[in-house]
Amino acid sequence: MRHARGPAPGTASLHRVSTPSFRGTSDYIASADLQAAVNVAVSLERPLLVRGEPGTGKTLLAEAVAEALGMRLITWPVKSTTRAQDGLYVYDTVQRLYDSQFGEGDPADVAKYIRLGQLGESFAAGERVVLVIDEVDKADLEFPNDLLWELDRMSFHIPETGETVAANHRPVVIITSNAEKELPDAFLRRCVFHYIAFPDPGQMEQIVRVHHPGVEERLLEAAMEGFYLLRELDGLQKRPSTSELVDWVQALAVGGVDPGKIVDELPFMGVVLKKQADLDIARRHMAVRARRAAMQRER
Amino acid sequence: MFAGLFTALRDEGVPVALDEWLMLHDALERDLHDSTLSGFYLMSRAVLVKDESHYDGFDVAFARYFSGIEPADDAVDDRVWKWLHENPRFLHISEDQRARLDAMREQTDFDELLEKLKEKLESQEEEHHGGSEHIGTGGTSPFGHSGYHPGGIRIGGEGRWRSAVQTAGERRWRELRTDHEIGARDFGVALRKLRSLSTRLGGPATELDVEGTIRETADHAGQLRLSFRRPRRNTVRVLLMLDIGGSMDEHIMLLDRLFTAMHQASHFRDLQVRFFHNCVYDRVYSGPDLHPRRSESTLHLLAQLDPDYKLVMVGDACMAPTELLVPGGAIDYQYMNEEPGAQWLERLEQHFERAAWLNPHPQRWWETIHGAYTLGIVRQIMPMFELSVDGLDRAVGWLMARR
Repeated sequence: MRHARGPAPGTASLHRVSTPSFRGTSDYIASADLQAAVNVAVSLERPLLVRGEPGTGKTLLAEAVAEALGMRLITWPVKSTTRAQDGLYVYDTVQRLYDSQFGEGDPADVAKYIRLGQLGESFAAGERVVLVIDEVDKADLEFPNDLLWELDRMSFHIPETGETVAANHRPVVIITSNAEKELPDAFLRRCVFHYIAFPDPGQMEQIVRVHHPGVEERLLEAAMEGFYLLRELDGLQKRPSTSELVDWVQALAVGGVDPGKIVDELPFMGVVLKKQADLDIARRHMAVRARRAAMQRER
Repeated sequence: MFAGLFTALRDEGVPVALDEWLMLHDALERDLHDSTLSGFYLMSRAVLVKDESHYDGFDVAFARYFSGIEPADDAVDDRVWKWLHENPRFLHISEDQRARLDAMREQTDFDELLEKLKEKLESQEEEHHGGSEHIGTGGTSPFGHSGYHPGGIRIGGEGRWRSAVQTAGERRWRELRTDHEIGARDFGVALRKLRSLSTRLGGPATELDVEGTIRETADHAGQLRLSFRRPRRNTVRVLLMLDIGGSMDEHIMLLDRLFTAMHQASHFRDLQVRFFHNCVYDRVYSGPDLHPRRSESTLHLLAQLDPDYKLVMVGDACMAPTELLVPGGAIDYQYMNEEPGAQWLERLEQHFERAAWLNPHPQRWWETIHGAYTLGIVRQIMPMFELSVDGLDRAVGWLMARR
């Protein structure tokens, strides 16, 4: 903790900050767009807002950035009840009252009852860390607005102790969102933004290979075909994403499924589709396909 | 620098603000784009665009600004097009030459380049192919086509070497475009005021009651007694009725956003949604397909809902006068309404303590629009507000006011 105001954004602009640049890691494939967005955000010391379908690796990105830049990762998972204040600090009044009642601890020292939240921790850390504010859209509409000042200044005041927590090293802030709710303009204006598009088959193949280095060629090819077939089905409630494909390839490999039958039979479909209604849609599709194939044979 | 890009972006409806523009220049100063155009493309997109639905608008603006597609159309006259189309030559260059040219791109300044193109358009007298200066084909000059010049300006022909401008021209993000003026968020903010907090409702007592704790503690001679109470919750319940089909189709996006905002506003104690076509009669529908199988008697619905539900009707209120004033006038002629529509609307209005009608047509059209007659009658039955952020705000104010 430091009793001073943190550096304002942009004050470091005159001398070039030498930050190691992000190129992805051995097990996280980052597209050129994503690399550029991360590096711009890191250099400009602005929060990086990452948006994309669930399962496109938004949270993993933060881990990869921390690993690649050699920084510690602090995760702040946001829930619908999370308030901005929780990320700064929590003043444990009840504990203090109890302690004063039973003569335990040192109730005279307020600072002992102040616990820093994840944002506070990332400011107070002695080095530059990566802070991920995960699924920011889950919180209340006003949540992002409440964080504007702190994210801008990278400092906040604790009235109970009269202290100011300011970041000596502005943390790399990564904010993820599923875009369930739209974010306020003032908040967006301060961020660097990146939208993670769903990987195309080429990228997808690369990603699966990273997770299963020894995967059989034919199996991978068939699994990819089956996966994109399922993904494009009409009316799915939850379209399967990367993690489902990775698990599916694993299941197919362990189950010793004949690659020639994967596309026709779609075994272990429950690994890919998680909802009963989606499984019904897929089964219906398979039935239609089988009937068509039978009709063609008759001809 | 690049002020043209800023205006091009705004023309495309990408909401770029000055903050972001300054951020971009900060990034430029630090050379985060490695002095390449493709680097600049990725960097400026990350800094300037905050919504994937604007990626397409950005691509269009970027391509227009940097490739000069539009200015070329105006400034390049037929004479130049003829040079470029009649005897095109294609360039074959070695890796060496390419590397040398790539190294040159750092010196390229686009404003300067555009200036130079303007000069060339005025001074060049004849066709010129395979060179490095003039407008032509198959050369290494920055102007023309089928040649190679990193970050040059292609005029006609087809791109052979991928550059940032071409990538932008591909418009890969077209599908994500939404083109909306009012976001669901704006409605969401207006709807937030639709609440009245109370601890009356059930639920576990999880909130520390400071006053109560002090009182209890004092009552027990200073021995700490914690007192908890139920958190306050919103008691507002809403019945949303939407006019679907026919003349409402053109407002589908606006309705969709209101609907999204209503559902996201998780703070209502209860939200009931029903559908109707033009006017409410004996039955209302629970699905937007207005299928009779999923409908219920309007009287039954009213019997179930307490009068403290806030009634929000959404519709353009433009219909044939018979639909509103004559028994049997319902637009869906398969059923016979015994009472005119207006009577049903009055019934709804009288049942609920507060009701408001939201009209997607702007208020300034209400007097003159096709259907103004019925609109005027509906307006007399229920207070009407236009379906805009302001209008919704006023409607919410009306719904929350005490009777």
